[in-house]
Amino acid sequence: MLGRLSWAAIPLDQPLPLYAMGVVVLGILAVLALVTVKGWWPYLWREWITSVDHKRIGVMYVILGLVMLLRGYSDAIMMRTQQAIAVGNAQGYLPPDHYDQIFSAHGSIMIFFVAMPLVIGLMNFAVPLQLGVRDVAFPTLNSVSFWLTATGALLINVSLVIGSFARTGWMGYPPLSELAFSPDEGVDYYLWSLQISGIGTLLTGVNFVTTILKLRAPGMTYMRMPVFCWTALASNLLIVAAFPILTATFVMLLLDRYLGFHFFTNDAGGNQMMYVNLFWAWGHPEVYILILPAFGVFSEVAATFSGKGLFSYRSMVLATLGICILSFMVWLHHFFTMGAGADVNAFFGIMSAIIAVPTGAKVFNWLFTLYRGRIVFKTPVLFLVGFMVTFVIGGLTGVLLAVPPVDFVLHNSAFLVAHFHNVIIGGVVYGALAGYNYWFPKAFGFTLDEWWGKASFWCWLIGFYLAFTPLYVLGLMGMTRRLQHIPDPSWQPLLLVAEAGAIVIFCGILCQIAQLYVSIRTREQRLDLTGDPWNGRTLEWSTSSPPPAYNYAVLPRVETIDAFWHKKRTGRAPVEPAYENIEMPRNSPAGFITAFFAVVMGFALIWHIWWMAIVGLLAAAVTVLVAGWSDEREHEISATEIAQMERARLGA
Amino acid sequence: MTIATIDTLPTAVPAELARGRGGGGPAPKRTVVAYGFWIFILSDIVMFSGLFAAYAVLSGNTAGGPTGSELFNLRNVFIETMCLLFSSYTCGLGALSAERRQAGRFLIFAALTFVLGAAFLFIEASEFAGMVEKGAGPSRSGFLSGFFTLVGTHGVHVTSGLIWLIYLVAQVVAKGLRPAVLRRLLCWSLFWHALDIVWVGVFTLVYLMGDFR
Repeated sequence: MLGRLSWAAIPLDQPLPLYAMGVVVLGILAVLALVTVKGWWPYLWREWITSVDHKRIGVMYVILGLVMLLRGYSDAIMMRTQQAIAVGNAQGYLPPDHYDQIFSAHGSIMIFFVAMPLVIGLMNFAVPLQLGVRDVAFPTLNSVSFWLTATGALLINVSLVIGSFARTGWMGYPPLSELAFSPDEGVDYYLWSLQISGIGTLLTGVNFVTTILKLRAPGMTYMRMPVFCWTALASNLLIVAAFPILTATFVMLLLDRYLGFHFFTNDAGGNQMMYVNLFWAWGHPEVYILILPAFGVFSEVAATFSGKGLFSYRSMVLATLGICILSFMVWLHHFFTMGAGADVNAFFGIMSAIIAVPTGAKVFNWLFTLYRGRIVFKTPVLFLVGFMVTFVIGGLTGVLLAVPPVDFVLHNSAFLVAHFHNVIIGGVVYGALAGYNYWFPKAFGFTLDEWWGKASFWCWLIGFYLAFTPLYVLGLMGMTRRLQHIPDPSWQPLLLVAEAGAIVIFCGILCQIAQLYVSIRTREQRLDLTGDPWNGRTLEWSTSSPPPAYNYAVLPRVETIDAFWHKKRTGRAPVEPAYENIEMPRNSPAGFITAFFAVVMGFALIWHIWWMAIVGLLAAAVTVLVAGWSDEREHEISATEIAQMERARLGA
Repeated sequence: MTIATIDTLPTAVPAELARGRGGGGPAPKRTVVAYGFWIFILSDIVMFSGLFAAYAVLSGNTAGGPTGSELFNLRNVFIETMCLLFSSYTCGLGALSAERRQAGRFLIFAALTFVLGAAFLFIEASEFAGMVEKGAGPSRSGFLSGFFTLVGTHGVHVTSGLIWLIYLVAQVVAKGLRPAVLRRLLCWSLFWHALDIVWVGVFTLVYLMGDFR
């Protein structure tokens, strides 16, 4: 009846997971109780859960990413603490089985449920506004995407309470992840939560490629698009081209585990290295899916806050697309030690070094944009400068790792861990935080507090260097990654420094929370009534903050790059335009309901509750069919209503 | 082939914008939907490319079990292939009739497409059943895992295509050939043709090359 699910799945005998789960469950119950007592459910259902507005969905993605950052961070600090104290004779406080789950969950969560939601959230919020249109190409599908991502995040967190998570690392390499060596539900949690959220991500990719290529304001030719839209386009093209590989790979591993196939098993003609190749054929483009939009944010920030147009826009576009293509030709550098031979390794080593060229061009473009600009040192600019220094260091250690003989020494060492945290924190996280500070006033109508924002920046910067510079050194000293116990006491001082760094990063997170709290409390003093708090250049700053549901009462006519800046320069007085009726997509619960049944199906599959899996799948399919039947997915806002709203807005 | 003929251009594109640089403003809904679906199909083909690659890697790993040339019956596969290719032809005719708002003709071609698709599935299913009976199921060897997954995934696609067709026929009957329904039919026919393209790959790489191995 309940498959392999039983009371034994709840770890009553292990105090630590039990406390963690108690805190999480209590937290969720407290939030639910608060929402119920305050009577917020109808509002949440109407305005957020069923919303298909790209701005709302973007905000929900960012909230998801920030909440999951807390989860991913708690895993990180647990690992750091274990490594700092489990030295020599001491065994630390985490047994190997639990420690292995933590590093696997940390990687999976940080990539799939922190970095991806933050980046996709910013794209959701900003891209349609920057393109001067009213929504994405497929608004209901967008809501489905978000809720499927949330499904994955939910499933991965359920493993905290019921059963256990994978112990295989975030890549889930076979044969360890095969049934023979990981017989319990851990790997299944990993596979199903990533598989379901991966479908959501793929649909996002389809949606945004179509939006950017087919829905732009009149006059916005390709070479007039803001750079963030270009990077979003490149990132979503990569999603469309890379995520299906991950889907196929996970299908194969699932078939191995559930139906006894032999794709990656040790016996009967399976091939483990095929998994590793397929995984990284997705995995390397994935890092560019994350970093390219961050590059886009920094390009917007650099131009806006130095009051100059972006230096060499064309080379920026070219570099973006170059990276987009090259990112598919370097995957083998993740496993030079596979033994593919000198020729193959040399090819991939050279390709990996070449990809640094367009990236380097971008760094110079940002530098020259800032050069002789009237730089306003707001929080996003601090993140930009911190990024340029940090990311270049991370890029250089990456080029170092791209040299196969060096890689043979450093493969799977703490040096590698330091390298990829260097580019992901110094690139993606700083970019996401810069974007969060930059677009927050557009989303909510008031700016974020600068003091706390700057405090969070300094903590993130100093914390990063304290936490990860020691790991470079430790890697060179021979420390491998994922050690539950430290055999060499001479490594301990550096590990303690890394621990201190992790705590400083935590202060950064606390500063962000304080920033949000303080800003909301003092929002009356920080209202953005102009819609243009930073003296912006691109179209999103030409509408009000927050923008109306339809973004633009009349679609803007674009005549140049940096369209809004140009309009401000030429200084034509605003004339009241002739309003027309606007068709807007209707709210739809389809995304939420589909995702609900996806949770049911995923959970049932993880625990082998076959009847429930079938019910979940059928119910999700019926939801899609019912939603697909309706022809009335739009409602019209009349010209008079729009005129009224616009006059109220402009009068204010 | 059907998209270009039925697409309507946006009205009143200023001359300086209609020069192929994409400055003509948002595309009409039909273009957006078809374009988005093309991108989706592209992603689907990337997924198949992963399965093709896996099959290519594993095709020699028979682990002492039967090889392709011992298992495949090219005559049946040829009939199967013809069913699918002709179903694409009838699908195209159906799309043309739908475009001309000839609901009756459309229904006939839809029925023909369905029958041919179902025949394809029936032959495939009996091939699979025969192989499993001979002890050559997917868990016999890496080669057979790759074979069943690649061909089976295509079969799952055909199955969902048939379910989708029934669903769309119901929409045509209930609502007539109005623009929203026509857009969905367009997506469906793109999907159905794409399955042909994938099958041509399967036929060549799996059956023809497997038979001569």
